[in-house]
Amino acid sequence: MDESEREPTMSDTTAARPSDKKSDFSIARLLLEGRAFFALIAIIVVFSILSPNYLTVSNFLTMASHVAIYGILAIGMLLVILNGGIDLSVGSILALAGVTAGAMMQGIELQAMGVILYPPVWAVVILTCVLGALVGAVNGVLIAVFKVPAFVATLGVMYVARGIALLMTNGLTYNNLSGRAELGNTGFDWLGFSRIAGVQISVIVLALLAILGGLMLSRSSFGRWLYASGGNERAAELSGVPTRRVKITVYTLSGMLSAVAGLVLASQLTSAGPTAGVTYELTAIAAVVIGGAALTGGRGTMRGTMLGAFVIGFLSDGLVIIGVSSYWQTVFTGAVIVLAVLMNSLQYGGGRKS
Amino acid sequence: MNIAGEMPTGDPDTREVVLAARNVAKSYGQVHALKGVNFDIHRGQVTTLFGENGAGKSTLMKILSGVIQPTSGEIILDGQSVAFNNSTEARDLGISIIHQELSLAPNLSVRDNIFMGREIMGATGVNFAEEERQTRALMSELEEDIDPLTPVEELRLGQQQIVEIARALSVDSRILIMDEPTSALSASEVEVLFKVIRDLTARGVSIVYISHHLEEALTITDHAVVLRDGTMTAYAPRAEIDLEWIVRNMVGENYDLGSPPDSRQGDVALSIRELTLPDPAGGFNLVDGLSLDVRAGEIVCIYGLMGAGRTELLETCAGRLQASDGQIVLEGKEVSHLSIAERIARGLALVPEDRQRDGLVQTMSVGENLSLASIASFTRGLFTQKRLEQKLVDDSIREVTVKTSGGNAAIGSLSGGNQQKVVIGKMLATKPRVIMLDEPSRGIDIGAKAEVFRLLSEGAGNGLAVIYSTSEVSECLSIAHRIIVMHKGRISAEFDSTVTKEQIMAASGESVAA
Repeated sequence: MDESEREPTMSDTTAARPSDKKSDFSIARLLLEGRAFFALIAIIVVFSILSPNYLTVSNFLTMASHVAIYGILAIGMLLVILNGGIDLSVGSILALAGVTAGAMMQGIELQAMGVILYPPVWAVVILTCVLGALVGAVNGVLIAVFKVPAFVATLGVMYVARGIALLMTNGLTYNNLSGRAELGNTGFDWLGFSRIAGVQISVIVLALLAILGGLMLSRSSFGRWLYASGGNERAAELSGVPTRRVKITVYTLSGMLSAVAGLVLASQLTSAGPTAGVTYELTAIAAVVIGGAALTGGRGTMRGTMLGAFVIGFLSDGLVIIGVSSYWQTVFTGAVIVLAVLMNSLQYGGGRKS
Repeated sequence: MNIAGEMPTGDPDTREVVLAARNVAKSYGQVHALKGVNFDIHRGQVTTLFGENGAGKSTLMKILSGVIQPTSGEIILDGQSVAFNNSTEARDLGISIIHQELSLAPNLSVRDNIFMGREIMGATGVNFAEEERQTRALMSELEEDIDPLTPVEELRLGQQQIVEIARALSVDSRILIMDEPTSALSASEVEVLFKVIRDLTARGVSIVYISHHLEEALTITDHAVVLRDGTMTAYAPRAEIDLEWIVRNMVGENYDLGSPPDSRQGDVALSIRELTLPDPAGGFNLVDGLSLDVRAGEIVCIYGLMGAGRTELLETCAGRLQASDGQIVLEGKEVSHLSIAERIARGLALVPEDRQRDGLVQTMSVGENLSLASIASFTRGLFTQKRLEQKLVDDSIREVTVKTSGGNAAIGSLSGGNQQKVVIGKMLATKPRVIMLDEPSRGIDIGAKAEVFRLLSEGAGNGLAVIYSTSEVSECLSIAHRIIVMHKGRISAEFDSTVTKEQIMAASGESVAA
């Protein structure tokens, strides 16, 4: 029954609902709202007790570099989910980006002119990001202009992008990405292996992107447009929010961030294969959901999503460290996701019910 | 159980009491939605609940129909104290409710909707033929020519409401609760509904009726119960009361929706010329070559029945819908090719009809909703400025008198009238030259209505051009300088503020339909 949709039958002057934070401060509420944070603390404490190797700086940095891939994807996914959509194509765009970068590192042969171009690494990175953004824009145009449901549009693009990646390499993997000094295209492994002050570049990239994204969400007018159009697209449109442009932009950004993740992954693995990133879209969605975002749009934060990504990453790495079988890891990850969704519906559904 | 206990004031009638509420109270935490209400429902009579939004009418109805449970007090059915755990238990005891919001499955047929959840079973599954026969009988009783196999989504809103009513009738209830059953019905449909209500009461069915349409409710009711702020303020039989009595008890003081403000009318602010909007389904034009000029400082009311094209006209002006022909000229400049945002920037703002669907972002706070249409005004460089936004929000809350604990409150915590003020405040914050309001009084109480009209009056006094649409004639005869009647996408009549209700209704096609 749609009781929750009806106007509250309370007196005019009150605003004393459970969602009014100050008036209703309790431990249960605190635990519920900070659940991703407390989950992360719990994971760190439990695994630190179970394994002496867990709570070390070097392990934390290693785990963080694993989180970086999911985390970057999750940033894009958060934008899409805040808009009320979903992007299933990020794993495939990640693979396509990696393979494209790999191909460019091998040299681009222009048969008509009989030359082979070896673009420098910075050009490879930029071109790959542009490719990711273009594929994302295809998603956005399909969804915003042609009104294809986001699930279907990105499902289609997921297959197409994966297929193109397989075609480009005939199913094989590029193993040599280091370039050659005489061609001036060395340095691709910088993304995956270099450190600044002991911290991997990938982790720094994640942190920078998260801060930029967080500022965009909380402080820019685009962020406000995004929350509004995800919360109620019709109302946002009538208030002058360019909802179509917002939609195309979030999918474009998601595609571009997938390309960044593809570059980081290829660099970490020193190889670029067309089967990279299978099911990564699901991990990214899980991170966003664990971070407290609502799949119906309009609700969610960058901080929550980052916590969600770390919960998943630290949990699965922790299970590896204490030697739990990978099958059990799958079960645990699933349970955490279900629990997170349960808590989300408690937080967003419970308040409106009464 | 003895029901003699504490009888309501002014014990009106000796006819048998079927259902009685004794000291019924309901609290949500600190909020007291109902504070001890007493009243009786008599067999075969209509009892109407009057009260503003937030007075506790819907809460009381939900308690009587078992949707929610009271915090204290008791419900007495046929002299027995009863407690319902859910609406099914109440229905089994003969109490059913027609909700204000439609609860139909649009993809299913009329027949399937009516028998949803209590299908008639035959030897080989559902007995569709019998269901169809009963549906036909119900439809002819309601004098509505609807085929039982029509999908509900193909029906007009008014017809959908008829289906909702038919569903409640199909359960043989002894007590039928109707929450705003006429809000989407035409005058002729209302008459049929009232005939059905009289038939039902003649058969001994008791009706509990809620309506914001006071005059309409007065024609059908036998008893009136008035609620204010969760307390029953008055209870009397029809013979002893009149409209003025109800309003006085509802709001506690005399209310007047105002008269046209004495503002100086300036140049033409908005000029609509030969505007045409085709029906996407291929029928008649929704807006058909309509022309209208509105001056700065002028208030124009557009009256019409549902489907007259009022909403379509306003949404085309705002830029949501694309006209096939004609011009929209704002202060001498053509705006038809501009986006919604550009029109808002030029000073043309729309307050949409359905505030839940088109007006508010439910996931955002009161403040974020108020500032949504003017984000650019508090953005400096890349970022929004908290201080500037806070000022805008505080100013808006004060200007449109939103009753809220502050800008951070959840939008859902406000009553309907205050939510409507937020939507109006949002558009006023864009500093418009022309403001269009589509049914600004829909679903809000008299007090809020008067405040909304006062706001519009003040705006016009400051040179704002105001256009509002309404389907209540009494609202045409309040602050409007000019009254436009729309019928089938065209202007069928134009009056000044000295017109009578009858003239307006005749021009709208209402008398033709009756």
